[in-house]
Amino acid sequence: MFRSLPILTLLLAALPTDAFAMHISEGILPAGWCVLWFAVALPFVAWGVVQINCRKQRNPSYIPLVGIFGAAVFVFSCFPIPVPIAGTCSHPAGTGLSAIFLGPFASVVVAFISLLLQALFLAHGGLTTLGGNTFSMGIVGSFGGFAAFWFGRRLRLNLFWCGLLAGIAADLLTYLTTATELALALHGDHPLGSVLGQIYLAFMPTQIPLSLLEGAVTGGILIYVRKHRPDILRRLSWMGEVAK
Amino acid sequence: MKRWLLALMTLLLLLPVPVRAQEEKPKWPGVDKTVVEKYAKELGREPRAPFINTDQGDLLLFLFTLAGGIGGFVMGYYWHKVFVAGKKDMEPEV
Repeated sequence: MFRSLPILTLLLAALPTDAFAMHISEGILPAGWCVLWFAVALPFVAWGVVQINCRKQRNPSYIPLVGIFGAAVFVFSCFPIPVPIAGTCSHPAGTGLSAIFLGPFASVVVAFISLLLQALFLAHGGLTTLGGNTFSMGIVGSFGGFAAFWFGRRLRLNLFWCGLLAGIAADLLTYLTTATELALALHGDHPLGSVLGQIYLAFMPTQIPLSLLEGAVTGGILIYVRKHRPDILRRLSWMGEVAK
Repeated sequence: MKRWLLALMTLLLLLPVPVRAQEEKPKWPGVDKTVVEKYAKELGREPRAPFINTDQGDLLLFLFTLAGGIGGFVMGYYWHKVFVAGKKDMEPEV
């Protein structure tokens, strides 16, 4: 794997000059909404920290997983991918993947840290909108992806398809929440449903292809882990039976 | 599996090329510009500069490169720890 590190570094160094983001930028949400989203997000982050501490004591191999999937969420969520059919670019969320391996509350923590670093140093998102962005990408992305995965497992779908569902759900639900946050805060005299629909539909040409890509990557990583370290999957209580 | 990984890496390497090729005039604007900021402006809110404004000249490019490199290294380091070095610690199947 170390042999591929230079390739990975080169790949990441190819990031473009402008920050093409999906997060809500600084100054867009009014102060009251910023406070509200912080108030909603912080208990999830706090409980996630408690869960990470508990799990690392029970299972020493948990921290390397936090390292892998925490870094993955950070890199995925600042990695712009152009979508030719839409003529725009955006990035995956990665929180469906991290929720499957770390649990949804721990996934909220890694999303929060990623968004904080991006807001501080990469002009990506914002500090005042951190609560709102954590709610959409961290909480709804993680729990939505996790629920889709769990539902897929209950339906006895193949591991890849469960991962695909998780990736698609995490991505599309994140954007639905971003659209809802914008519509709730800014709709003014316009009908809420109409504003929400317009914003969400405007995201779709870019996000549908990306959500499929994110789902395929999530499913592919699950298959890789099942092949190389099936014991990791067996330790996850929500995984159900893991076939060889 | 190695062939699949190599193909995925190649694909990911090729994907940013169109984005890099248009630094002078962005042809691939992000959805933050085309959706979030567009609708916010229409509804009466303007984005404002970040508190720490790193979007100045090539500074942002440098920081993205640095962040990507560090993030990629952390991911690769722990990936090696879990999937290469950690394979020998794998619990036996029951």
